[in-house]
Amino acid sequence: MKLLALQRRMARAVMAPLTQSERMRRFTRDGHPMARVAEQIIKPNDRLTSFERLEIYNRQYWFRVLDGFSEDFPGLRAVLGDRRFDAVAKAYLTDCPSHSFTMRNLGSRLESWLRKHPGHAGGRLELALDMVRLEWAEIEAFDGGAESALKPNELAGADPAKLHLRVQPYVHLLDLRYPVDDLLLAIKHETGTDVASNAFNERQKRKKVSAVARLKPAEVYLAVHRIDYFVYFRRLEREEFAILRALQKGRTLDGAIDLGFRSSAIPASERAARAAGWFQNWASLGWFVSEARPSQ
Amino acid sequence: MPANRFNGFTNYGVGIGLRAPHYEHILTRKPVCDWFEIISENYMIDGGRPLHILDEILERYRVVQHGVSMYFGSAERPNREHLRRLKTLVQRTKTPWVSDHLCWGSVDGRYTHDLLPMPYTFEAARLTAQKIGEVRDFLEVPVVVENVSSYAEFHVSEMTEWEFLNEVVEQADCGILLDVNNIYVSSQNHNFDPFTYVNSVPAERVAQMHIAGHSKYRKYILDTHDHPVIDPVWKLYDRAIQRIGHTATLLEWDDRIPSFDEVHKEALKANKFLTSASLAAAV
Repeated sequence: MKLLALQRRMARAVMAPLTQSERMRRFTRDGHPMARVAEQIIKPNDRLTSFERLEIYNRQYWFRVLDGFSEDFPGLRAVLGDRRFDAVAKAYLTDCPSHSFTMRNLGSRLESWLRKHPGHAGGRLELALDMVRLEWAEIEAFDGGAESALKPNELAGADPAKLHLRVQPYVHLLDLRYPVDDLLLAIKHETGTDVASNAFNERQKRKKVSAVARLKPAEVYLAVHRIDYFVYFRRLEREEFAILRALQKGRTLDGAIDLGFRSSAIPASERAARAAGWFQNWASLGWFVSEARPSQ
Repeated sequence: MPANRFNGFTNYGVGIGLRAPHYEHILTRKPVCDWFEIISENYMIDGGRPLHILDEILERYRVVQHGVSMYFGSAERPNREHLRRLKTLVQRTKTPWVSDHLCWGSVDGRYTHDLLPMPYTFEAARLTAQKIGEVRDFLEVPVVVENVSSYAEFHVSEMTEWEFLNEVVEQADCGILLDVNNIYVSSQNHNFDPFTYVNSVPAERVAQMHIAGHSKYRKYILDTHDHPVIDPVWKLYDRAIQRIGHTATLLEWDDRIPSFDEVHKEALKANKFLTSASLAAAV
């Protein structure tokens, strides 16, 4: 058997879903006995059959990717509950195996997958999607690129109608329908504890479930960003969000501000001062990239 | 054989793997440690805390890169994005050599994130050697390959694992990262004499050694890197060092990681063997 053919056959077996009791399935997806597949490629030894030897790799694969996925999405677990979350993890990773050299990207397709498989969210689709978007943004903000921050004197004499401000790559903007930022912070606070008694864990679990149950829809505009290498969530006003998003999309400064205040309830007389305050905050956080470029 | 063209003519001693639970200890206490090995993939990112920590470590310590997903033995071509990011990191760390495993783990662009065993065939040796050469030419640093622990053997194999290793490194003209714990684990799983393996390795190509602990199950042994090194592995290490000479040695501890001091103390046990090898060479 040629190398590529052998690797394809083994990879199919290794990445095939496990049974409920976390063992290798007896049959492949197309109905062939897995024992026969194993015997064709793997030698038995005096202690293990070919099937058992292949099963070591099959189980290792799933334990590894499920662990990685669980670490990345504790908030989604809280929203869905353990049983439904485990089902989502297995179904998602079966449909969307890793296409990256790094496990960091395991969840990169989760939002689009969940949109295509809304039944997995069990009536909490919007909440689950918001949480997935937040947790993925957190991963991206944690190790996203950073460029030199804009210095105040760089803007001297710039024409706002032609000025393009670039937002740092690690700043991620989210428009959410639920305050999942509060929920995720509460979950992280709880799981950050070193206390490990069963009773304590049970109490924490109940608190988490009730926190999810209490979560009411609310329009939230959020920036997920970094300060000193730690990720933070910053709530934004709707207009702030719209201006920043327009800048990210390449609008000029003037164009972004116009867009930001479109259908805004903020009185026209107050807008200049509000915008100036926001820009001051964003600049002090280092959100704008140096070397602002005039439009061509 | 301490300094050779496969380890950039360096003379590194005993190091440990750089792991996140030890960051604070290393940066605040600044312990003496000859060198650190990093998992390349953890730092092949655009920015953020991991790279910031790495830069601080690089200011004080020597760092060598060790990869887990280049998959020299996968039949597909190297992932260009992976290569590009790896080269960027090589330029940052100035690592004297880059290591990864003699295994496969991806097919048709899908990654298992595991170190899957090779079929020991001449075709596989040729393709693997080609890929090692391609990676080395792109990175412009010596590339060394590590033998892996395995739990399965293939019907199609045409040679032993150590013959396959020799075939690959000769064809690729590359170095070896000899992991004596992996040799021990595989010897128990496949019923061969680990000393035959160690005695067959081309000593002049060994750039680095790995030592580690493992977990024993009823019917097989798993390479878990979550225990101290056991005596039979130290004996194998001793034999390897007698043959190869004083070689850069790294203790891997990746799960249930104890304190920095405990890990470092375990690693430094290697010095006993390295010192006697050096004395024997001097005499």
